Amino acid sequence: MKPAPFDYFKPSSLEEVFGMLEEHGDNATILAGGQSLMATLNMRLAAPELLIDINGIDDLKGISVEGDRLRIGALARHQEVEQSHDVAEKTPLIAAAMPFVAHPAVRNRGTFGGSVALADPAAELPACITALRAEIEIAGGSGRRKVPAEKFYRGLYDTDLAANELVTAVEIPVIQSGYRSAFDELARRHGDYAMAGVAAQAQIDGARISDVRLVFFAVGGTPVIAESAGHMLEGQDITDATIEAAQDVLDQDLEPFDDNNCTAETKLYYAKVLAGRVLRKIAG
Amino acid sequence: MTKQIQISMTVNGEAVSRLVEPRQSLVDFLRYEIELTGSHVGCEHGVCGACTVRVNGDIVRGCLMLAVQADGAEVMTIEGVSDSGEIADLQKEFHERNALQCGFCTPGMLMTAAELLESNPRPSREEIRNSLSGNYCRCTGYHAIVDAVETVAESRGG
Repeated sequence: MKPAPFDYFKPSSLEEVFGMLEEHGDNATILAGGQSLMATLNMRLAAPELLIDINGIDDLKGISVEGDRLRIGALARHQEVEQSHDVAEKTPLIAAAMPFVAHPAVRNRGTFGGSVALADPAAELPACITALRAEIEIAGGSGRRKVPAEKFYRGLYDTDLAANELVTAVEIPVIQSGYRSAFDELARRHGDYAMAGVAAQAQIDGARISDVRLVFFAVGGTPVIAESAGHMLEGQDITDATIEAAQDVLDQDLEPFDDNNCTAETKLYYAKVLAGRVLRKIAG
Repeated sequence: MTKQIQISMTVNGEAVSRLVEPRQSLVDFLRYEIELTGSHVGCEHGVCGACTVRVNGDIVRGCLMLAVQADGAEVMTIEGVSDSGEIADLQKEFHERNALQCGFCTPGMLMTAAELLESNPRPSREEIRNSLSGNYCRCTGYHAIVDAVETVAESRGG
């Protein structure tokens, strides 16, 4: 289908964006990479009166290392993130997830900030930045603020972002020595939205694991931190027995619901399989 | 009535300029305004890959980008890369191996395969499959397509 008519405005500064958001309120929508928005418009699931195309705002671009944090600008394209040496070195979890984010033609256009802000429950990046305790940098007419990823995701497609704000960057703590990460997901077709997936990072000393962050996606309305499994694994050696115990305790952490791809029961089963895979990978 | 916008870009090396509605997708612009119908419109929500075109050197979904967003860009379509001979070996191999039946997906497949071989001259079969995963073919079952891309990678000496 074709989208309903809308006006188009391409500002070159954030101040102009805030002005437009102020003036048009809910009738305006921010256009970044457009890889989800355009599909939504084409299917007429949304019909804004105005699209504010932020692709001309240079402040939102680029990837940089700032001390012990990696800063990924909201407009960094997935392809740019996938190919970045800084991302591979400083946040290997993000690098491991990128090949799973949609398909090459979509990664060339889709943006990091767009995926973070959309909060699709089956998307990879919200889970990754939650696992890595990243902070989301937000700007609005009334100023700038930072929100931890854990608090940013509030519900299905629901975030802490106000209608007159936008995500400007994500700041991710650089991986420390002794830590390892792993990422995996199951999808019907490579690059499609996952039926279940997990982003993991932990400290590893020989076989002993600690500070375990297992964050699942596509099994709830938001990224889900497997807290019980994390507690259970804390200070343990990674063995078949501890992995099995962690898989069992996921029953308490996850409450998936049925979707078009599979049942809740299947999702829970997949989540357990994936937990085993990433823990074995982290243990080396 | 929304305000129409004047845009200019090069399409297959040729400068074009048109007044367009903001809601017009890039692929509809190419098909209806520039009358280049080699890029196909399948699902119109970014799933099938039939509308794949190149913008400033990178392949994109023609249905998930607005024509107004391509203002100032260099756009290449299947007609452009075909006429230049850039993908002649891919086209020949698709033909030889029956890597198409109805042909609807073929322009998108060729655009995607061309980008893959540009960035990774000697991909494994799995890498070829992953790269083409965003392009649906409902006829061939993909084996012949993967074979064709693999053969071209070998013959180019990648």
